[in-house]
Amino acid sequence: MEYWNIEHYGRWNATKPITSTGHHSIASEVNGVLYFRSFLFDTNTLFLYSSQLKKPCYNLKDGVATNQGGLTMRKIIIVLVFLCGFSWSLALAADSSINIGFVYVSPIGDAGWSYAHDQGRLMVDAMEGVTTSFVEAVPEGPDSERVMLNMARKEYHLIFATSYGYMDPMLKVAKQFPKTVFMHCSGFKTAKNMGNYFGRMYQARYLSGMVAGAMTKTNILGYVAAFPIPEVIRGINAFALGAQSTNPNVDIRVVWTKTWYDPATEKEAAKSLLDVGADVIAQHQDSPSPQEAAQERGVYSVGYNSDMSKFAPKSHLCAPIWNWGPFYKEIVEKVRKGEKVNKAYWYGLDHGIVDLSPMGKMVPQDVKKRVLAKKNDIASGKTKVFVGPLKDQNGKLRIAGGKLASDQELLGMTWFVQGVIGTTQ
Amino acid sequence: MSIEFFLPLLAAAVQSGTPVLYATLGEIFTEKSGVLNLGVEGIMMIGALAAFVTTMLSGSPILGFLVGGCAGAVLSGIHGLVCLVFQGNQVVSGLALTIFGVGLADYLGTPYIGQAAPGFNPLPVPILSKIPFLGSVFFNHDSLVYISYIIPMLMWLFFRYTRWGLGLRAVGEYPPAAIAGGLRVISYRWVGILVGGCLVGFGGAYLSLAYTHLWTNGLSAGRGWIAVALVIFAFWDPMRAMVGAYLFGGVMAFQLRLQAAGTHVPSSLLLMLPYALTVMVLVFSSWKGQGTEAPAALGVNIEPPD
Repeated sequence: MEYWNIEHYGRWNATKPITSTGHHSIASEVNGVLYFRSFLFDTNTLFLYSSQLKKPCYNLKDGVATNQGGLTMRKIIIVLVFLCGFSWSLALAADSSINIGFVYVSPIGDAGWSYAHDQGRLMVDAMEGVTTSFVEAVPEGPDSERVMLNMARKEYHLIFATSYGYMDPMLKVAKQFPKTVFMHCSGFKTAKNMGNYFGRMYQARYLSGMVAGAMTKTNILGYVAAFPIPEVIRGINAFALGAQSTNPNVDIRVVWTKTWYDPATEKEAAKSLLDVGADVIAQHQDSPSPQEAAQERGVYSVGYNSDMSKFAPKSHLCAPIWNWGPFYKEIVEKVRKGEKVNKAYWYGLDHGIVDLSPMGKMVPQDVKKRVLAKKNDIASGKTKVFVGPLKDQNGKLRIAGGKLASDQELLGMTWFVQGVIGTTQ
Repeated sequence: MSIEFFLPLLAAAVQSGTPVLYATLGEIFTEKSGVLNLGVEGIMMIGALAAFVTTMLSGSPILGFLVGGCAGAVLSGIHGLVCLVFQGNQVVSGLALTIFGVGLADYLGTPYIGQAAPGFNPLPVPILSKIPFLGSVFFNHDSLVYISYIIPMLMWLFFRYTRWGLGLRAVGEYPPAAIAGGLRVISYRWVGILVGGCLVGFGGAYLSLAYTHLWTNGLSAGRGWIAVALVIFAFWDPMRAMVGAYLFGGVMAFQLRLQAAGTHVPSSLLLMLPYALTVMVLVFSSWKGQGTEAPAALGVNIEPPD
């Protein structure tokens, strides 16, 4: 088995140059020495990766094959078996381990959007035969394309990209790598091998609104919000409807920071709401600084993303939270079985993808009971959040009496319900 | 628009102006010695990180604040090395320092994101905080704000009434005369760079220890650049820097409060205000022909004596 490489190399790859520039790079030449990294059998799909083989195998200068760390007998047999016509998918089945990549827009930290996704990743990582890896703080745009391209080249089977701005870069990469499955969070585009997913966070926000409405004494709730986009507006509306269900006299005041994570500005925004009399501060931001501001003034707060009670134990009432683990596990199982996942998933409380964190001690028992009962009703589909008649701030009827808001209407929501004070611009 | 709206607004103006004030004072000190340091943003970030990590590990915010200043001085020491020892271009070096400082702070700070550290909490001054109006605006903050009231006065006295202050100004205005007068010009510039860097580092430390008790990437969010603009606005006068910093902080706080009060002005327009103000200030100060207030040898390297 000393001379395997040259002979076989030539036969299998007669049509390919020695240093393939595609993602199946096989060998590279450095100072006349050929370094083998992986082996290409089929020009497009089938190849076996051998990571041990990083020593030079063939010296171009004197044309002698040197079997430095060549293949073992077993691997040669596997190669032959593949050549006999086994399909790529079978090869995957033989190698039952599946590689999954996650792309995060911000550092993981220990609360916030990427943290919640990473908690889901850890649950997937604990599964049998699954290896995961992640890249954090990836800016949206060209940088993210490079990161995903890199993952696809490394033969990841499944890639999750967790920010809106990764959508088009991911679509581009997905077209180049038809064998890899791509899942994009919070977008709306799909492809043959790309799906998208998101959670109905507004359901959990409705519940948090119920708690806030019950706890306020000044009847003013403050909401520190990131950007006026449908996702955030929908959340504010759901929060307002929830608050109005427990306290019909409540006003919700909104301040836009135009930031997702700027603790200084977000804290200042929370203070400005406290100064106009708000005594519960809710947030659609990834930093916990609005919580801090509420605790410093001795009033209540509602967190977001994950349980933020550790940042403000005295003021934290509850938080609408993300719980990606079960969903990620479901997708991984489907991909393993070879099922298609190229559709739009929009799960809610029913699948546990969104949830309400445990409520704080200061929340009275009867409020807790009422909120949990509502949670069950929403989860079972008995009640919905956006039910007509719903009027906007100017009194215009947006959803007619007795009607449910369609998903299309929810995804394009750019108006505030009555009771919210602020602009959607 | 009542007193209930304006009092908290003015108090917020003082607080959000304080980090910018420290940074502006630092840059004034450096520029008075004739060195232009555009690395303020990077130095602030490093100062903020060093202060935060020190406080988290030691539990002492005072130590953290001091270490933040030292880290700022050390980082601006690189600028000194480039400009004073190797005669490098000050603009290029400063810009590089910003990129380096922001990047380094992001890299080193990643493990600390989202963690909370003890910091400075409001500490009303016993008698002064009872003064109506002024008390709640100026004397109901944390101790670092009070320190920032004193520093501009000290700097003003230093530049005006001390031998060293005069020497520093001479080095910034006309180095040949300072050399002829027997001053060790390079040493003066080193002092300018290091003390200035220390003050900028304090500004960063204020952000992570008092303004928020958190560390995050991009914490300074452009405040360093605003400080550079405010130096021109203040015509290199430390007392006027106070006015500029509070004006900037006020506009920042004002737009958030206007939203909270339920205005119908689009928030995008309000968010432009601080930056629009910065541009207006620059236009205003050049229009008044006050560019002449700048130290004459600003940005000009001194050839080392043979």
